[in-house]
Amino acid sequence: MTDLVANPLFGVVLTLGVFWLAEQLYRRSGFILLNPVFVAICGIILVLKVSQIPYADYAQGGKLVLFLLGPSVVALALPLWQRRKQVLRRKLPILAGIFAGALASIVSAAGTAWLLGGSHQVVLSLVPKSVTTPIAIGISEKIGGIVPLTAALVVMTGCLGAICGPEFCRMIGLKKPTSIGLAIGTASHGIGTARILEEDRLAGAVSGLAIGLNGLATAILVPLLWLLFGWS
Amino acid sequence: MLQGLVLLLGFQFAGELLVRLTGMPVPGNVTGMALLLMALALGVVKEESITEAAELLLKYLALFFVPAGVGVMLYFDLIAREWLPIVVGTVVSTFVVMAVTGWTEQLLGGESD
Repeated sequence: MTDLVANPLFGVVLTLGVFWLAEQLYRRSGFILLNPVFVAICGIILVLKVSQIPYADYAQGGKLVLFLLGPSVVALALPLWQRRKQVLRRKLPILAGIFAGALASIVSAAGTAWLLGGSHQVVLSLVPKSVTTPIAIGISEKIGGIVPLTAALVVMTGCLGAICGPEFCRMIGLKKPTSIGLAIGTASHGIGTARILEEDRLAGAVSGLAIGLNGLATAILVPLLWLLFGWS
Repeated sequence: MLQGLVLLLGFQFAGELLVRLTGMPVPGNVTGMALLLMALALGVVKEESITEAAELLLKYLALFFVPAGVGVMLYFDLIAREWLPIVVGTVVSTFVVMAVTGWTEQLLGGESD
C-alpha cells in the first residue's frame, strides 16, 4: 500500500483528478472564490492530511506535473508575440507601472508586517512575495528571510490575485486590458496570469511579461534600497 | 505538436544554460521565454511551429502551479506562529501592488488608445 502511494502515479492522478473536480465546481458555480488552483491546493492538502500520506510521497508525482510549468512559462512568449503591437505602443507606461509596483510591493509588504509586530525574519520573508518563486527564493535568501516561508507566501499571493485580481482591478477603475494584466502579473505572478489569460488574451500577455520584469525589477531594487537605507 | 514541444523545451534549456553561464538573477524558464520572443522577432522561429504546443500548455497553466501550492502544507506551523503580520501583510500588499501598478500604467498610457 505505502509503495503505491510513493509511486509517481499517485501524485499525478491526485493532482489532475482534484484539479478537474475543482474546475467543474468553478464552472458550475461561477463563484470567484472557488478559484480552481486555490480549491485544488486546499483539496489535495486535505486528502493528504486526512489519509496521513506524507508530502514527500505526493511530491513524487507532484514534481512531474510541476515539470510542465517550465515549458509553459516559455510558451507565454506566444501571446506576447501575438499582441506585440499593443504592448509596444504602451512600453513606457508598462515599464513604469512595473517599477512602481515592485517598489510598492517591497515597501507595503514589509511595512505592514513590521507595523503589526512581525519579527525581523518574517518581515524580510515578505519582501519578495509578489515575485515568481525562483527569484523570490533567491532574494529571500540574500536578505536573510525564511526561504520556505517566502515560497509559501508567493503561492498565497498568487492565489489571492487569481481569486480577486480581475474584479479588484475593475473596481478601482482600471479600464484597459494592458493596465489590468500588468497589475495582476506584477502583484501575483504566474498564478494570477493563468486566470487572466483565460479571460483576455492581451491582459494575459502583459501579465506574463510582468512575471519576468517584476522579478528583475525587484531583484534590482532590493539591493539598491538596502544599500540606500543601510537595512540589514 | 512534437516540433513545438521540442522548441519550447529547447528554449527552456537554453534559458537555463544562459542563467548558469551569466549568473543572472532570473529563472531559466523566464529567460527561455525572452529568448523565444527574440527568436520570433528575428524570424528564426515561426509562430506556427509553436502555436499548437504552446496553446495546449497555456490552456493548463493553472494546473501546473498546483503541486507547488500543496507544498505550503509543510509550513503551516511557520505561518501560524506569526499569522497576523504574515496574512495581513500579504493581503494588504497584494492589493496595494495591483492598485499602484495599474494606476501608474493607466495614468501614463491613458484609458484608451
